[in-house]
Amino acid sequence: MNKSGLEIQKKSTTLSLDFFGDFTLYQISRYEIEIESTLSHKYAFIEINLNHVTLLDTAAALYLHSFVKKLDNKHISHTIIADKKETLDTIKLIQKYHGEVLKNSKEKNSCIYKLGSYVYEHILGFLAFISFLGKLFSIKLYTIKNISQIRFKEIFFEINESAIKAIPIIALTSFLIGLVVAFQSAHQLKLYGANIFIVDMLGLSILRELAPVITAIVIAGRSGSAFTAQIGAMKITQELDAMRTMGFDPYLFLVLPRIIALMITMPILIFLADIMGILGGMIVANIDLGISTDMFLSRFLEVIHIKNFYVGIFKGPFFAFLIASIGIYRGLIVKDDTQSIGFNTTKSVVESIFAVIVCDALFSIAFTNLGI
Amino acid sequence: MKPIIKVRNIKTVFGKNTVHDSLNLEIHKGEIYGLLGPSGCGKTTLLREMVLLQKYDAGFIDILGYNFSNITQEQSQHLRREWGVLFQSGALFSSLSVGQNIALGLVEYSDLSKKMIDEIVAFKINLVGLEVSDADLFPSQISGGMKKKAALARALALDPKLLFLDEPTSGLDPISAREFDSLILKLRDLLGLTIVMVSHDLRSIYDTLDRIAIIDKKQIIYEGSLDKIKDEKSEFIQTFFKANI
Repeated sequence: MNKSGLEIQKKSTTLSLDFFGDFTLYQISRYEIEIESTLSHKYAFIEINLNHVTLLDTAAALYLHSFVKKLDNKHISHTIIADKKETLDTIKLIQKYHGEVLKNSKEKNSCIYKLGSYVYEHILGFLAFISFLGKLFSIKLYTIKNISQIRFKEIFFEINESAIKAIPIIALTSFLIGLVVAFQSAHQLKLYGANIFIVDMLGLSILRELAPVITAIVIAGRSGSAFTAQIGAMKITQELDAMRTMGFDPYLFLVLPRIIALMITMPILIFLADIMGILGGMIVANIDLGISTDMFLSRFLEVIHIKNFYVGIFKGPFFAFLIASIGIYRGLIVKDDTQSIGFNTTKSVVESIFAVIVCDALFSIAFTNLGI
Repeated sequence: MKPIIKVRNIKTVFGKNTVHDSLNLEIHKGEIYGLLGPSGCGKTTLLREMVLLQKYDAGFIDILGYNFSNITQEQSQHLRREWGVLFQSGALFSSLSVGQNIALGLVEYSDLSKKMIDEIVAFKINLVGLEVSDADLFPSQISGGMKKKAALARALALDPKLLFLDEPTSGLDPISAREFDSLILKLRDLLGLTIVMVSHDLRSIYDTLDRIAIIDKKQIIYEGSLDKIKDEKSEFIQTFFKANI
């Protein structure tokens, strides 16, 4: 690389700037500081000599262009000395194509404007979700009429993907939850000598609430996010458009099989979580409270009514519907850029867990009022 | 003239499939050089090898005096600033606006002030024929032709000596494609670039290229100007150039 630099000569009212070597965008800042510091003194005439420049790139030429313009504004006369054809060409190129930098067009908006647009966007998002549900409903009606149109192959594939492969993690999670709940309450119960009541407590809490909610949260994290990412990626690569043009309705081929698969399997997974949760509790009761398995089970049959089991299972399809539809909806609204997938996947998990918990709360109120 | 890109005895193997076998070519300063061949012949692979995106199995590539076979990390970083690459679909960063995409190299590699960078970005945008107001748009908001122009402006941001173009006119309508061709010719003359491109667009091949290399059966079967190409006996050349004229 050529040695590059700037020689500054000061003669009473004349300043001459002699550039030599490469003058490229890596040198501009250095030169700028040197030149600015000399300009504090008032000069009548400035001479810019580019004859010794070996390479002038467009960024440097652009710098000179704006420097000269600044001198014009200050009414300082100047001249550029350049003999080389390349240098002159670059300077001419700049004069032809330089553009005015636009002021940042984004206005600073007031707080009320921001709040308004935030609310408006959310209302639009909610309406879009309602329209998604409407479309889903009409497709469901259509498939009930044309039962042969249901994609059984896809449904079974999804059952395997999102339910059967989730069995180990759901079993382990609910087993640990049963263990922990029993362990925490064992000490308190022992204080009052109410050891046997651990059966009532575990039976009610796990069957009615814990097993369904824990299962739903695991499924939301596992399958909800997968649905969003899969369908979002398909949207970006235009696979969804391709399906539509070939006459495969994505709702029929992608959306419905996923929702049906989750709705079928969720109650079964909750049943599994019930078994594992109670098993965990039973082990703690046996070790910590000295309640034998036989005693535990006979007490369980005595005090836990079957309706508690049905209440937990009943919630399954509702949770499944919420998780699957939010996950798929978020996938379908992915925009044409890669960040959107990450954003919508996060949103889908957060929103489906939130929806599951709200739904659970509503069920609790409803069941209590109905006396179930 | 001294070649600025030398490709010597390159061999590329994917699994059991040999893509190139002792492939040679030379590209001189200031020329527009085209790579052509039937699909699957490894044009894009060769281009990727030239820009250090992919490794070859034997032979060597030498660009601007750097031999890729024993290039250090530092040298390759330096070399990467000497070229610009335009990918087939633009490959603009979707999270950044057009202006930010173009400014990225300047922000990362130079110590220029924001005002100066904005001016350079505005200049490059004008140069490739976009509007300065397009700088605030995001890649998802602009058309395919604009994406290519914006990606070209990004490739030109650091004033490279070399420009690699992968199918620059594919996916463009004929008018935009011709505009793009004349833009490439103009840039070569204005900025003194050396341009290497992969192209299938016959009009663009005839309008822009100085020299062409045709890859077939793992090797270069023709290298040189377009005038004599029709005399070649190769099946691919005959079908491609005869059928299209």
